[in-house]
Amino acid sequence: MIKDVMYTYPNGTIALIDINLNLYGGEFIGIMGKNGAGKTTLIRTLNGLIRPTQGDIYIDDKNINTTTIATLSKKVGIIFQNASHQLFANTVEDEIKFSLKSFNLTKEESQIRTNKTLQQFNLEKYRERSPLNLSGGESKKLAIASIICRDPDILIFDEPTLGQDAREIESFLRLIEKEREHGKTIIIITHNIEFAFEFIPRTILMADGKIIADGPTEKVLNCEELIEKASLVLPQSRQLSLALYSMGFQDTDTLFSKADVTKYLMQFLKNSSERAQKR
Amino acid sequence: MDLIRFEKFFYRYKGNEEYALNNINLRIEKEGNFVLLCGETGSGKTTLIRCMNGLIPQFYSGFYKGKVFINEVNTVETSIANLSTEVGIVFQNPENQLIAMNVEHEIAFGLENLGVPRKKIAQKIEESASLTEIEHLLDKAPFELSGGEQQRVAIASILVLEPKLLILDEPTALLDPKMARKIINLLNEIQLERKITILISEHRLDLLLPFADHMILMQNGKVIEQNTLEKVINGDNFQKLNLNKPVIYSIFMKLREENLFKGQIPSSIPDAINYLKNR
Repeated sequence: MIKDVMYTYPNGTIALIDINLNLYGGEFIGIMGKNGAGKTTLIRTLNGLIRPTQGDIYIDDKNINTTTIATLSKKVGIIFQNASHQLFANTVEDEIKFSLKSFNLTKEESQIRTNKTLQQFNLEKYRERSPLNLSGGESKKLAIASIICRDPDILIFDEPTLGQDAREIESFLRLIEKEREHGKTIIIITHNIEFAFEFIPRTILMADGKIIADGPTEKVLNCEELIEKASLVLPQSRQLSLALYSMGFQDTDTLFSKADVTKYLMQFLKNSSERAQKR
Repeated sequence: MDLIRFEKFFYRYKGNEEYALNNINLRIEKEGNFVLLCGETGSGKTTLIRCMNGLIPQFYSGFYKGKVFINEVNTVETSIANLSTEVGIVFQNPENQLIAMNVEHEIAFGLENLGVPRKKIAQKIEESASLTEIEHLLDKAPFELSGGEQQRVAIASILVLEPKLLILDEPTALLDPKMARKIINLLNEIQLERKITILISEHRLDLLLPFADHMILMQNGKVIEQNTLEKVINGDNFQKLNLNKPVIYSIFMKLREENLFKGQIPSSIPDAINYLKNR
């Protein structure tokens, strides 16, 4: 629970205003908004990197305002936007091993968990490679692996689909589903409207340090006024359905998803083909 | 004469056994095109881009064979500074290439290094700043700017050198959707006004397909296809690659699979509407 949280940076920039949020175990939540809206500041309050200037944050009913970052990092894992900011070991293997250091594992246990993690994330072939020599997408995978191997209860991803191709995104979704099955809470900051629209059940929109919307994604991302305030664009399926409606195609204004629009167009083209044949 | 020509070019980074680029034979002609470079994660896109202004092999350690020519000049036989007047590159993280104390100095930097007279520098700064709409930011420090503003400053500082080819590596990666659209529109205007060739490496195809006229596909360090946008997106390679295909593409491919659609897959919503209103 986040209660009445405010945050002002030392230079006077007010980054968070009256933030009130309840997040539950197993939820999958998207946070979206313009650059500078406060999204990254908000997530940093959850693992102690930033301490609110006002308000309280509770994790498992415990106020975390004085909990150390080291302790919080076992509960809350953040994978940042720029993976290179959190990778510093000499090799990919060492990166994972370092992440596991605070768990006081034996050498063998650490090696087993490292091997399992590298296999899970398809990073085995890069085991000896420097993280600096990975592509952008591969670095991101490594950053994710180095956090997931610690098994935190809350996983926060800042722009996880950046630099990732379709296969990687699919793989990421499978990972999310698996973590949710274990009761983990997943929070994603994203600009990827199509991804949010299709896969994320709950969306929080932010603008100018405030939460301007919080609810089911299909509802939140269909409100043009909110979309404008949050510097987003409508999902492409919705853009298409509204364009069809403006051209006189009936009943298309109620279509939202890719599946809805596809179904409509299939019927339309079938009807049109039958009419052409009758002539 | 080609703007860029790769002849049987191979490259692997130091410490890696696998080749990042495998037998590249690629020509980019002096046509003033808007070229989209796509490929799965790790396919070699950024490595290819680094070869296009001599960063590979002059700056990045590795092993290469074959040749790369920029305007018929071999990239190992002239300095990166000289090549930068032919090919300008804006990388994914603009803050990594902004170094000056203020925006005006940032734009002037390249020209000063080339010994351009002061009066000419002032004139070029004015032109470049006007084109990228950053006149009001000239006295600001680059680190104070938003992601979109930094991106525009990076573009201005490259454009001022009047390259014949402007390359951008995932320029929208850090931008919210509205700003991303603004930048792509700006690039389109620049391409039309200056008649230069723009090459963009991107995963966010929904943003780029409406503007691109040519496409290069990469897979496993190879160029597997290079052609007009229309030919590429209607071909098998594009379909098979794990790219983040736009929703429009998925909808029309489904219609094609059901034998309800036989034409060219539309690359934008207006194209899709045009097709549908004539049925």
